[in-house]
Amino acid sequence: MKIDWLALGAVFAVSLAVVLGLVLLFSGGLRALSAREAAQERQASTALPTAAAAACLLACVTVVLFGIYLIVAG
Amino acid sequence: MDASLLVIIVVVTALVFDFTNGFHDTANSMATSIATGALRPRTAVAFSAVLNLVGALLSVEVAKTISGGLVDDARITPAIVFGGLIGAIMWNLVTWYVGLPSSSSHALFGGLIGATWIAAGADAVHFAKVVDKIVAPAIAAPLVAGIVAMLATYLTYRLTKRARKSVTDKGFKAGQIASAALMSLAHGTNDAQKTMGIITLTLITAGTLAPGAEPPLWVILSAAIAIALGTYLGGWRITKTLGTGLTTIEAPQGFAAQTSAATVIMASSHLGFALSTTHVASGGIMGSGLGRQRDGVRWGVAGRMAAAWGLTLPAAGLVGALAGWIASLGTWGVVVVAVVGMGVSLAIWLLSRREPVRPEHVVDEIAAQAETHKVAL
Repeated sequence: MKIDWLALGAVFAVSLAVVLGLVLLFSGGLRALSAREAAQERQASTALPTAAAAACLLACVTVVLFGIYLIVAG
Repeated sequence: MDASLLVIIVVVTALVFDFTNGFHDTANSMATSIATGALRPRTAVAFSAVLNLVGALLSVEVAKTISGGLVDDARITPAIVFGGLIGAIMWNLVTWYVGLPSSSSHALFGGLIGATWIAAGADAVHFAKVVDKIVAPAIAAPLVAGIVAMLATYLTYRLTKRARKSVTDKGFKAGQIASAALMSLAHGTNDAQKTMGIITLTLITAGTLAPGAEPPLWVILSAAIAIALGTYLGGWRITKTLGTGLTTIEAPQGFAAQTSAATVIMASSHLGFALSTTHVASGGIMGSGLGRQRDGVRWGVAGRMAAAWGLTLPAAGLVGALAGWIASLGTWGVVVVAVVGMGVSLAIWLLSRREPVRPEHVVDEIAAQAETHKVAL
């Protein structure tokens, strides 16, 4: 009876890193979108928060697509 | 009986099993999105069907686990696989009807192992591989999904506390749709594979494929289409039930739970671990309940669920053993198993039509878990 602890550990480590990373980026994106709304109301420039939100959300999509790519590439 | 006729019967039965799997599991991936209004039911179901199809085409690692080495393919026949499959379907239908939380994947493994054990001897089952690729992941994966979802939920609530409500409302709905999509994709990468594995194993035992062969393209395509069709048609039942607001999970929680479960499933699929997507999804939802509130899980319910999960493999094994033994006795055995199988299926179908759709038919354990969140509020 041999259990491949290394593989199970890898599932845990990869899942934890990927999910927490996605949550951080997604929440960051929502915070940036909030800042953008606030800036709109103050009629200040929205350039910075817009760029930050776009960067965060694009990074989310990239992480997901890269994960799928890894599975397909075998 | 003519071997090729038997192979055709097994292939068709396996595809029917795959169809019911999709039918049964749509709820896991789409229930929360429909309940929070993130997606309209019909859209959600169609979307999920397409993603299941794509997911099934992504990877064949899990299929290879099943066709290559769980049981000794030199010592079993298509008749034994048929017996195991019928055992799994019987167990699935009965538990589905009485509302017992169960896993179609574990029913399938149990049926196959039981049938092989009785018909070809205990040493035809490779128990080391069963423990490594099925039992260990079965325990570990829901725990992993739970822990990850707990941390993810905590972090999500913590980080977005100061974000605006107008933004988070819309944002988490979108996030939930994306995570539900991932969940459907993950479902395809793990669950459709099991049917491909079974069909490939049958073709190997019939001598059509060489031992250790990968699933042929037509097997991959037909399994993918069967699960997608099942997902699409299963959705009609959910549409009926979810109108009453079964699930009470908040959008950020659903987002965290589904992202965690989908990631764990896909990482496992990649390594060829054949797990129960239902178990992992439930683990994720429980973890997210804990992450939101320390007493967010009713441990009594969780314990009963775990007990039912533990029961599935041996119970389906017994049914599979009986069916496999009868089927391996000769042509009349296969006919008896097929007739009994169809009779039980027909009876359950008629019974289920006579009464309205009950929640436990549709979202079984997910519904049980969702209840706890209502309490935790």
